[in-house]
Amino acid sequence: MENDNRSTKLLIGLGLVLLMLLGRLFYVQIIDDGYKTDADNNSLTREMIYPPRGVIYDRNGLLLVGNKICYDILVTPREVKEFDTLALATALDTTADFVRERMQYYHDYRSRIGWQTLTFLKMVSAETYLRFAEEQFLYPGFKAQVRSLREYPFNAGGNLLGYISEVSPEYLEDHPDYKAGDYYGRTGLEAAREQELRGSKGWHIYLRDSRGRQKNSYHDGDFDVEAVPGKDIVTTIDARLQQYGQQLMKGKKGSVVAIEPSTGEILTMVSSPGIDVDVLADFGRHYSTLSRDKNKPLYNRAVSASYPPGSVFKLVNGLVGLEDGVLQPWMQYPCYNGYVYTSSGRKLGCHTHRSPLNLEDAVMMSCNGYFCYVLKSILENPKYHSTEEAYIHWREMVMSFGFGRKLGSDFPSELSGNIPSADFYNRYYKKGHWRFPTIVSLSIGQGEILTTPLQIANLAAIMANRGYYYIPHVVKESEGVEIDPKYYEKQYTLVDTLQFHKVIKGMWKAVNALGEGGTANAAYVAGLDICGKTGTAQNPHGKDNSVFICFAPMENPKIAVAAYIENAGFGATWACPIASLLVEKYLRGEISEGRREVERRVLTTRLIN
Amino acid sequence: MQEDLLDRGLKKTVDWRLIVLYLALILFGWVNIYAAVQSGEPSSIFDLGSNSGKQALWMAGAVVLAALVLFVINPYFWESVCKPAYAVVLVLLVLVIFMSNNVKGSHSWFELGPVKFQPAELSKITTSLLLASIMSKPGFRMNNWRHFALAAMIVLLPMLVIVAESETGSALVYTGFIFVLYREGLTGWILVLAGLAVLLFVLTIRTHWWISLIVVGVVLLVYLVYYLRRTPSLRLRRRVVRNGLMAALAGVALVFAADFLFHKVLKDYQRERIEVVLGMKEDLKGVGYNVHQSLIAIGSGGFWGKGYLKGTQTSFGFVPEQSTDFIFCTVGEEWGFVGTLAVIVMYGLLLLWIVRDAERARSAFTRIYGYCVASCLFMHLFINIGMTLGLMPVIGIPLPFFSYGGSSLWAFTVMLFIFIALDRQEKKYF
Repeated sequence: MENDNRSTKLLIGLGLVLLMLLGRLFYVQIIDDGYKTDADNNSLTREMIYPPRGVIYDRNGLLLVGNKICYDILVTPREVKEFDTLALATALDTTADFVRERMQYYHDYRSRIGWQTLTFLKMVSAETYLRFAEEQFLYPGFKAQVRSLREYPFNAGGNLLGYISEVSPEYLEDHPDYKAGDYYGRTGLEAAREQELRGSKGWHIYLRDSRGRQKNSYHDGDFDVEAVPGKDIVTTIDARLQQYGQQLMKGKKGSVVAIEPSTGEILTMVSSPGIDVDVLADFGRHYSTLSRDKNKPLYNRAVSASYPPGSVFKLVNGLVGLEDGVLQPWMQYPCYNGYVYTSSGRKLGCHTHRSPLNLEDAVMMSCNGYFCYVLKSILENPKYHSTEEAYIHWREMVMSFGFGRKLGSDFPSELSGNIPSADFYNRYYKKGHWRFPTIVSLSIGQGEILTTPLQIANLAAIMANRGYYYIPHVVKESEGVEIDPKYYEKQYTLVDTLQFHKVIKGMWKAVNALGEGGTANAAYVAGLDICGKTGTAQNPHGKDNSVFICFAPMENPKIAVAAYIENAGFGATWACPIASLLVEKYLRGEISEGRREVERRVLTTRLIN
Repeated sequence: MQEDLLDRGLKKTVDWRLIVLYLALILFGWVNIYAAVQSGEPSSIFDLGSNSGKQALWMAGAVVLAALVLFVINPYFWESVCKPAYAVVLVLLVLVIFMSNNVKGSHSWFELGPVKFQPAELSKITTSLLLASIMSKPGFRMNNWRHFALAAMIVLLPMLVIVAESETGSALVYTGFIFVLYREGLTGWILVLAGLAVLLFVLTIRTHWWISLIVVGVVLLVYLVYYLRRTPSLRLRRRVVRNGLMAALAGVALVFAADFLFHKVLKDYQRERIEVVLGMKEDLKGVGYNVHQSLIAIGSGGFWGKGYLKGTQTSFGFVPEQSTDFIFCTVGEEWGFVGTLAVIVMYGLLLLWIVRDAERARSAFTRIYGYCVASCLFMHLFINIGMTLGLMPVIGIPLPFFSYGGSSLWAFTVMLFIFIALDRQEKKYF
């Protein structure tokens, strides 16, 4: 085949294309002046404009996180003339050594730095800046750039809000749209809503003449980009309630979570010990102390800690029993200081109370024995062929209450807790070798069950709504900020609405039937109709955990609360007053005369160091 | 004795010019990557936290690979594995659609821990090898339509899968194989018609459909008049008329389909990028931003450039993707016309010498493979540099040997060195 001809044609074609590229380059680089001004090393400089970060509001429009102005001092080493080192150091509140060291560094790297503008000093206060600005003409090459820092007008939120810091090299690696020196949200809401809060940077382009002086703006500013301020976030938090919750929890370890049942909006979420906002504002300095603290103040227990729920879980077992038809409100079971569950006489203990009890009173007095009978009849329901089958059914019912799985809240660090699977017991005890007595402690929310405080607060909301919940969340929809539509969907449990009032009656009596042996009398507030359930969960590390969930008022509930206090003894001792004070504060705005003493006791007691 | 032979052999058989050009390109590329990532506080070119430091590692790896391909692996190996290799890479191309994370809208990267690679890079090599192997079989004739269809299928198969990965840019590179087919006997009319089709498409979306129709008519008329006068035989005349009318009909169909293709088939961002190139849209802050910034960078370089590490556009990072797809801007800004001219001359010589070596080869496999390598390099270079100059729409493909990125550097290295090894084999027995 005679192909030389074709090869030549292809090479000629290649030559033409390359000539075309060269021609275009010649035009762009040499002929067209549009992209430059003169050959005399003229250049464009850009001045960055940092957008203000979005601010964060509480549900009533109170500012939780704001911005305060500070300045970065920039320097273009090429433009610097001789100056008085000491005077500059004084003006900028730093040392002459620091200034000398920086200038030496710029000198050493002068060829690499070229015309670049570098950051000389970061985060100078407005006060210092004003002093510098007066003398700025003495220091050509130096200028200031506005940055914004976080400011917290209200001591509420702490962990929940999170903190911002300068981007780390590792973060830059994965996020090419950030530049060294930018700030970003590290934890909490600041991190979760980084995309909305950050806004986008802009710049002005200036021409620089051959002596490096800034001239006018390039192309009349046609290529300037305006900075777009970050979007503001409105949270569902009630700042005053949050602050009150933090005060109540001071010196205790644990969490309090309050939810508005009709929306799933989180009104308050306290994790204690936490961090105060003044620590947040200057986080870098406190970080190492905080991260070493054995009480782990950086960790949001409300979503990231899981505990056995204790007796509040009896509500769930009762409801499952009612739905399955194996429990009726009038059924009575005996209990003499406990429930004997093996032929050898092993006993799950209970406190002393009258016997026998019906469902309502068993809830009111939190009878362990009664709920052992309830779980027994669920797991030994003749409808199912084996304990395992019945257990699988029970687990499905329980998980519909949001246990044993992530609720899907907008906290990235949310844990799922644990409702053990049938397979778990099959592995542990071998298939067919476990029956109700083996797992009797599930009756009273002990054993392998683990839940987060958010999940038990959600249980309180389910009780309040009589059978459904909205996924708890902390960000509200507002202009420019969307939230997942799932937060507007009712999540139904597998228990019928009509079963709920049978248990709620007991919750009401636990609080309001004074002198009848109810466990939650400490939560009684006249006229508020609080319904609640105490719990005391075993803690392998020291004293029992004190648990209480409640909602109020009984009809059209406005608030559902869970308090979980580690190593604080009976549910009635600490969790109960704390949760009820929060309810009272939210519904009444203040604490009634008769309850001031309780409030004082809670506010002043320190259970941990 | 043995050593002596080897020594003489190496000197005479390996085309050292290609290796020198290759080394010059990767080194100059690296130096420019350093300039491109340099921002704010200065750091070392070997800093492993930055792209330039990582590129140094990739380059060391590339040199090892090149040595393996050139000195260790028997050059006959490549032709013998080309079928299974093609099949495996094709499977990878499909798998990656389902197994990859979405990177800027495309599903084309495998991630194995810290290592990421694009099977599309490998597929250029395997496609070239298989194409060379099939087309070099004795009896393969380009004007036999079955043979042509087989060759076309080998190219189109990976190309279509890559389009499905939303990597249209990489797929476009495969159109370069048409030059290989042309060299091996495909009629030149295909190239002419393809060129005309592109022009017609642009004309239609840029002006009006009726102008395009008039142009189709005029071209048809000129063609008929010219060829009918030169064709004496009646039978051949009939064929001239028939071919002309068919092409014109296809042209008319394209004119009417253009609008639909442009607005419905192309994705929004693709359409916008084309509009920017054609000057129909001047969205300097949005789609046209990259190109405009790139032109400012290149244009402000002038004749001599601003000097190494002194580019203001470059060091402030206003051109996005500057160490990868827009690396040519750095050359333009800091090294000026002198630098861009040098780079283009280097690529020109590289392609020229590959084609020359290929033409000199006695084995058809080596020749065809050489053309495949040259075509792929050419497409990358033309699309990439054309893009930075605003002549082509923004298509994110790397500048061979120059852009930051291990997987493309290694793939191009292996591709080129297979050719150098094949070429060396040719000369061994003279």
